[in-house]
Amino acid sequence: MSEGISQPDQPIEREGEGKDLFSKFDDIIAMRQGLLDSGVEDPFNLVMEKVLSPTRAICNGRETILLGTYNYMGMTFDPDVVEAGKQALTDFGAGTTGSRVLNGTYQGHKDVEEALKDFYDMDHAMVFSTGYQANLGIISTIAGKGDYIILDIDSHASIWDGCAMGNAEVVPFKHNDIEAMEKRLKRIPEGAGKLVILEGVYSMLGDVAPLKEMVAVAKKYGAMVLVDEAHSMGFIGEHGRGVCEAAGVIDDCDFIIGTFSKSVGTVGGFCVSNHPKFEIMRLVCRPYVFTASLPPSVVATACTSIRKLMHGSNKRAHLWENSKALHKGLKDLGFQLGTEEPQSAIIAVIMPDLQQGAAMWEALIKNGLYVNLARPPATPANMTLLRCSLCAEHSEDEVGQILDIFEKSGKAVGII
Amino acid sequence: MDRAEVDAKIREIAEPFNKKGVTITEDTSFQNDLEFDSLTVMDFVAEIEDEFDIIISMNQQAEIETYGQLVDAVTKMQAD
Repeated sequence: MSEGISQPDQPIEREGEGKDLFSKFDDIIAMRQGLLDSGVEDPFNLVMEKVLSPTRAICNGRETILLGTYNYMGMTFDPDVVEAGKQALTDFGAGTTGSRVLNGTYQGHKDVEEALKDFYDMDHAMVFSTGYQANLGIISTIAGKGDYIILDIDSHASIWDGCAMGNAEVVPFKHNDIEAMEKRLKRIPEGAGKLVILEGVYSMLGDVAPLKEMVAVAKKYGAMVLVDEAHSMGFIGEHGRGVCEAAGVIDDCDFIIGTFSKSVGTVGGFCVSNHPKFEIMRLVCRPYVFTASLPPSVVATACTSIRKLMHGSNKRAHLWENSKALHKGLKDLGFQLGTEEPQSAIIAVIMPDLQQGAAMWEALIKNGLYVNLARPPATPANMTLLRCSLCAEHSEDEVGQILDIFEKSGKAVGII
Repeated sequence: MDRAEVDAKIREIAEPFNKKGVTITEDTSFQNDLEFDSLTVMDFVAEIEDEFDIIISMNQQAEIETYGQLVDAVTKMQAD
């Protein structure tokens, strides 16, 4: 529990007319305090004291099965990946201490960009320090004042922040609603620049976008298309390029945004594109320029991991098996799930409310299972969700144990 | 459509969203009086957009706090 937040409120006397700028957080402070006062273990302060494998860790003193990481392909402990990181640390040092456009581009940064170009079969790849910065940077730089961004209402925070930073006109449409998207595209003034932003997999419910239809509609109205494939890389599509590949529309996607912090197993973000002028982004994109580049060990692990993911079809098949088995098992136990059928490696279990969601989360963690507790405002329709994300390294046996823990905990809390 | 017609139409659209039955005046605030959350705003705005065949971008929405300001903005947009 963090000390600062558990201290009682102390009225702060200020001179003159100044007011406490923190008063705007009073509601969320009260909500959090209410949750903790009910006696549950704090879902937002978990510490992993030891990480044993991509699927196991010691959390708050207990050995725990991890079902809430984005380590979809289990690359974090891959021996080749770890070895590449160690070698780069030895050869190139702990960090670059500089921007990509000054002293922060090492051989490793060029190598990982080459790996991305090969992985996606695209002409250009640009690596950012995080996935958040990739969306922030690309969106805010290409869609500026007077341009229009048409995006799904359930888009990730990094997409919304990119929209806000660029000052474009922002027009959201109802989640995955092709007709609502088309209506809005149709009304945009003639001659205005248009960017449609979609995600392959939406991370809260684990549902996929109807990209085949949506990308076709976007192109019909002359819009550029940016697809965030953070949660599908390495797993969905024949070559693991994402939902846009599976839907057969990757060639019509102008920009694909991705991350190294999920299937790739480290940290960093990227954009790949075939746009002939793409390289100019390196000079005009502020979240790329005005930050330090990734450490050499990180780009070396990412590069090795990406090249291995190109040959990951067996792991992909096993991850699908896990996703199907968990989805069916949870459904059979009587849990309400975010999607009728498994669509990705994310399975969202819908909780009746935050209180019961937190109680269920606590029961699971005490029984040795970690999942993500997702709550408003991060969730669609103000839902409280227990988000399960599977890993290709979960064994069939582990999926069985996971279901046993869900059954035991769900009955104890009274949700099933 | 003149302002009175736009007003009548928007009142009709707002009706099902006004769950607490607040009396709507020119000064009624969407956030404070009607307590619209972001999803309600999206659905409400989408219906107005479809009715008047206009776009009210989020940037424009940010400038609109009260019912009267919304009627003004829509009257102007649908006339353009």
